[in-house]
Amino acid sequence: MRLLKDLCRKVFPRSLWVYHANAGACNGCDIEAINVLTPYYDAERFGIRLVGSPRHADVILISGPVTRQVAPALKRLIDAVPRPRLVIACGSCAAGGGAWFDSYATMGGADQVVPVDYYIPGCPPRPEAILYGVAVAMGLVPKQVAPEAYRQETLAELAQGRTHLQEAGK
Amino acid sequence: MLLSKLREAIICLRAGRVTLRYPFEPHDPAPGFRGKIAVDPALCFGCGGCAAVCPAGVILLRDRDQLNRVVEFHWARCTYCGRCEQVCPEGAITMSPQYETATNLPADMVLTLDVFMGPCQRCGRCFPATLHERLPVTGFRHDDHHARAGALQPARPGGNGGARTLAPAAPAAGGAA
Repeated sequence: MRLLKDLCRKVFPRSLWVYHANAGACNGCDIEAINVLTPYYDAERFGIRLVGSPRHADVILISGPVTRQVAPALKRLIDAVPRPRLVIACGSCAAGGGAWFDSYATMGGADQVVPVDYYIPGCPPRPEAILYGVAVAMGLVPKQVAPEAYRQETLAELAQGRTHLQEAGK
Repeated sequence: MLLSKLREAIICLRAGRVTLRYPFEPHDPAPGFRGKIAVDPALCFGCGGCAAVCPAGVILLRDRDQLNRVVEFHWARCTYCGRCEQVCPEGAITMSPQYETATNLPADMVLTLDVFMGPCQRCGRCFPATLHERLPVTGFRHDDHHARAGALQPARPGGNGGARTLAPAAPAAGGAA
């Protein structure tokens, strides 16, 4: 029994079945997501394949800013996915709302409607970027972005001779 | 039938491996690719032109007070159009080729920049120069003359810029900026 459990833990992270949910996308992200499955990028070497029903899926790939019409359907769709599940927001629209982030017709991003685990910004994201996001989700590569904060010197700091921008090599 | 399959096999064998080894090997984008926004914090002087043209409303401006402005880039919704790079008069914003921006935290997709604004006392416009060049300009608006004099000494070791800016009414000989 324990052996079976260990085997499951070893095997299941390597075969993510993805259900692709278009929540009002312009089709750009969808084209790139299908592009990832072609032999050139070949996401199937990680065990990733598209499935036709959310009940079979481990991962939901959401593209689009989640229009008001599709939001209840998207909620039902996410509830139909067996746990443990992973929700990936693919594209700038799903990650933050895109150019429609404050529109009356959209919810402004997938995380406004459902809990999102991973974000892949890009408009559309390159196939490599989607592969990278999936690899980050699978723990194959580390994520490369972090919150950035810069500050210019105020006059009082300059008067004291502090120039941290220059110290940082800028 | 069999012959066509054989021919297909030969074609496939000749092609070899076409799949990228991508996540384990870098795959650089073509030149001209627009990726994540990169900001040079020393060049920005807070004009807000980028915020005016950004179609996705990525760039927000917030004024702490008269001299301090916060520029926030919420680039989760960036559409990578490159308009901010085009309109930036100082070239402070560039579109870097970085596309590996997947993350699990929305807070990772925020860039903040505290800009120290140096507006002209006469016209109210900002100086399009770096901070060190802005300081000795005649008319630079700040009330603390001692702080200005102290700040000017290390910035202009050769000249007598401090003496000139301490008397703003004098004609700015030599064009400081």
